[in-house]
Amino acid sequence: MAKEPSLRIERGVRGQPVARVSGDWILARLAPCLAELTPTLDNCRARRDLDWDLSGLGALDTVGGLLLWQGWEERFPPELVVSPRQRAVLERVAASHAAGRAQAVPPPPRPDWIASAGGFGLEVWAHLTNLVVLLGQLVLDAGHCLRHPGEIPLREISANVYKAGVRAMPVTALVGFLIGIVLSYLSALQLRNVGADIYIVNILGYGIVRELGPVLVAVLVAGRSGSAMTAQLGVMRVTEEIDALATFGVSRTLRLVLPKVVALSLAMPLLVLWTTAMALWGGMVAAQVQLDIGYEFFIATLPRAVPVANLWIGLAKGVVFGFLIALIASHFGLHVRPNTESLSANTTRSVVISITSVLLVDAVFAVATRGIGVPV
Amino acid sequence: MTMPVIEVRKLSTRFGHTWVLHDLDLVVGRGEVVALVGGSGSGKTTLLRQINGLIKPTEGSVRLFGEPLYSRDVHRDRALRRRFGMLFQHGALFSAFDVFDNVAFPMRELRLLPAELIRDLVMIKLAQVELKPEHARRMPAELSGGMVKRVALARALALEPELLLLDEPTAGLDPDRSAAFVRLILALREQLGLTVLLVTHDVDTLVALATRVAVLADQRILAFGTLDEVIQVDHPFFRNFFCGEAMQRALAGSRALR
Ligand SMILES: Nc1ncnc2c1ncn2[C@@H]1O[C@H](COP(=O)(O)OP(=O)(O)OP(=O)(O)O)[C@@H](O)[C@H]1O
Ligand SMILES: [Mg+2]
Repeated sequence: MAKEPSLRIERGVRGQPVARVSGDWILARLAPCLAELTPTLDNCRARRDLDWDLSGLGALDTVGGLLLWQGWEERFPPELVVSPRQRAVLERVAASHAAGRAQAVPPPPRPDWIASAGGFGLEVWAHLTNLVVLLGQLVLDAGHCLRHPGEIPLREISANVYKAGVRAMPVTALVGFLIGIVLSYLSALQLRNVGADIYIVNILGYGIVRELGPVLVAVLVAGRSGSAMTAQLGVMRVTEEIDALATFGVSRTLRLVLPKVVALSLAMPLLVLWTTAMALWGGMVAAQVQLDIGYEFFIATLPRAVPVANLWIGLAKGVVFGFLIALIASHFGLHVRPNTESLSANTTRSVVISITSVLLVDAVFAVATRGIGVPV
Repeated sequence: MTMPVIEVRKLSTRFGHTWVLHDLDLVVGRGEVVALVGGSGSGKTTLLRQINGLIKPTEGSVRLFGEPLYSRDVHRDRALRRRFGMLFQHGALFSAFDVFDNVAFPMRELRLLPAELIRDLVMIKLAQVELKPEHARRMPAELSGGMVKRVALARALALEPELLLLDEPTAGLDPDRSAAFVRLILALREQLGLTVLLVTHDVDTLVALATRVAVLADQRILAFGTLDEVIQVDHPFFRNFFCGEAMQRALAGSRALR
């Protein structure tokens, strides 16, 4: 049956050196003993005077053929004993090898420091311009929808509100509630020291309604819905579904991007309201336990301590954050190149960049609204 | 009696409530080239995916090279899977790798071959399927449909398999390339005693390559034999498939040759 491949240099009948090849020269047998064969083959390469005897050769495949062929420095040795069938194999390997080598494979492009820095700059610039283009296209689409109300993608919008809004309610509630408890507990420890117990209402009110609520929801939604949107659009790019849509005359921004942006702009303020309420509830529970401040007192004091303008600011942030997240997610989704690596890279980027820009915009909000809704 | 390479016994497959295959038997001996034909949706791909172990049959067993497809030994299972190559209907190239790395991937997975040898082998494989060296650095998304098929074939051949499972290898190839494919398979078969199970709708490939034809219809192998035997069977599918014009022409051509 199958035998180990071997190569030995012996004395022939006329006393001349003969390289005897035997066994099965196939990948499965060669791979384990390649380390032993290679030195002998290299040895043979240096010697022109060898006769080759392949009569003991069993099976021969491309790998075995290539090894021998390279051992012969890519030409048939003058004295060669081989069966016609195996000669044919060797000839085929030789032909393919020559064809494959006719033009050396271009090596994979080397990373170059300056080029990659420049490339990065160009890429950022391209993303920025593409975002602006997408934004402009959305405005055009919105205008189109206003003139042709029949083409408003209502079903897509409502589906997205459900997916990104309603389905996110449990997780945002849980996270909001827990954060409320933690925040309230830590503040209560400090406040009790200075005897300013009832300021817990102010701290929680301002902190949660104005800042924490919107940002918390934005981070959760970016991770949850933003990544999903990017991945969905990205897979549609990979599988050419977006191209298929285009051939039916369906605008991809109108049908795919606009509903996401509108839905998230609608759903986010509602989620902010919901999460804020949950966080305040959590804070109330902790305040009751720690500081003995009753629910009724808390609820009665809140509107006096925190002007309602803060709630409007929080909701406005929700709208803007939702818009941003959906826009960025769609942008990265549409720019996935048709391979899995690009899909995963763009999903990561989408989440990182939407969270970063949410925080940046939050800082802008803080500056722009510094005189609104705070005690002077 | 030599060991059959593929041995499918009493295989049944159910998706949900529908039986796609029922009580199917198929035995393929060494060195045979079996063409699996059947209407679209008759379960050819499903059968192939069970033979290569991607789906577990609902009932029945599959043995390859006399060994069961599922043993509890990870190393044995892996060794068994390296003995056959699979060409998927839609190529299934790794989209994040370029052509070269796609073909090199199975060789690198062996972890035994040096990089230069792998490079030369990949170029040989690409030349065998008539791809130019300058295509080696293209990404799968930048290839034409027929090129995807050829790269997938090169990848299926990467580990010098003893058994090739091919799902519509010539769909999407031009007639010249189909003929080259036929020549390549015949050469490999002569060289290594390669066994091939191929799904095809292309009558020219079928006539040129197949030593036997298996017809899949009504959830089982309805007929299994040489082309001339299979043509005699009386069944609506055969009348449509084998008595079509293209088939008659291809048959006439091959008879004239013989
Ligand atoms: N994962 C799955 N779940 C449910 N049904 C399936 C699944 N895969 C295949 N089927 C069904 O099984 C049947 C056989 O499918 P299969 O892909 O094997 O057909 P085929 O013979 O390869 O067809 P074609 O020539 O068009 O490629 C079809 O009716 C298909 O809908
Ligand atoms: Mg199929």
